[in-house]
Amino acid sequence: MSLFSIFKRKTSSQIARDRLKILLISDRVNCSPEMMELIKNDIAQVISKYMQIDASSMEVQIAKTGNAARNGKKMPVLYANIPILDLRS
Amino acid sequence: MSEVIVVTSGKGGVGKTTTSANVGTGLAEMGKSVVLIDADIGLRNLDVVMGLENRIVYNLVDVIEGNCRLKQALIKDKRHTGLFLMPAAQTRDKNCVTPGQMVKLIDSLREQFDYIILDCPAGIEQGFQNAIAGADHAIVVTTPEVSAIRDADRIIGLLEANEIRKVDLVLNRLRQDLIRRGEMMTVDDVIDILGLPLLGLVPDDENVVIATNQGEPLVGKNTEAGQAFYNICKRLEGKEVPFRDFGKNITIWTRFSAFFKKNLQEERA
Repeated sequence: MSLFSIFKRKTSSQIARDRLKILLISDRVNCSPEMMELIKNDIAQVISKYMQIDASSMEVQIAKTGNAARNGKKMPVLYANIPILDLRS
Repeated sequence: MSEVIVVTSGKGGVGKTTTSANVGTGLAEMGKSVVLIDADIGLRNLDVVMGLENRIVYNLVDVIEGNCRLKQALIKDKRHTGLFLMPAAQTRDKNCVTPGQMVKLIDSLREQFDYIILDCPAGIEQGFQNAIAGADHAIVVTTPEVSAIRDADRIIGLLEANEIRKVDLVLNRLRQDLIRRGEMMTVDDVIDILGLPLLGLVPDDENVVIATNQGEPLVGKNTEAGQAFYNICKRLEGKEVPFRDFGKNITIWTRFSAFFKKNLQEERA
């Protein structure tokens, strides 16, 4: 093991936490990673009608803690991060 | 007014029965009247953990089917006068009881007891539905492992859907050494993921195995787990008890020292 790798290496508890965060989001909304990919492609298609976007580096995910709240309880939110290359005039 | 608590987890083997037995015994030790109901029909175990397996004559299904009176199925604990166990049937299955019948049974026990504690079976099928039917309060037991936490999350969703508003978390089998080395999720990680109020932190303690072998709950005894269970009982009684610190996310320095320790061990080997 090189000295460098100990700084880069994730501990197993970090791996467990990261895996769980992704796993529980898809469990909670009953939405598989494949479906997320389909949603992402559809959103990219719609937005590209109006502006030039970088579809390859766009991110779509469901987050547990959003600003949306109903009855004081936090709701999961779907958020998309879409880099715009050029607004089509 | 009595409080009906269901101890549940989703996954099997995380410590539901141990928690039920110890919390029930601890509350009885505090002078409360408690009945422990084993809702795991077909796979009963609460009787052996309590050390009462030789005294069973009638069980929960006998009461529901009218084969005996309610009192005949309540087994008195060996040590605590206010503690009773209602065992599950061993030769029947979960489908011979309905949630409605469980609610009726629990209501008939409410007058007599301060606490009614239900030991829920693993899984999310009929047995789970029966166990939570009459509960006001749920304790979700989990361990800091991916599989147990995933199941706990599912159970929390189902408890919410069944309108059980008060849900607390007991984190079992914590190992301080692993947490410090970064090889076990921290208490904060689990709370962050599950989003439940914390009721108890129970360390992984070999005395639990010994106590189960002997059929004597270890709550209140001078062991780490015994104290942890006693603290859970105190919190249920509304007392503020500080939580033990099981260690935080590791820093670069602790990772450094862990790295050197590991290398030293490898060299020696």
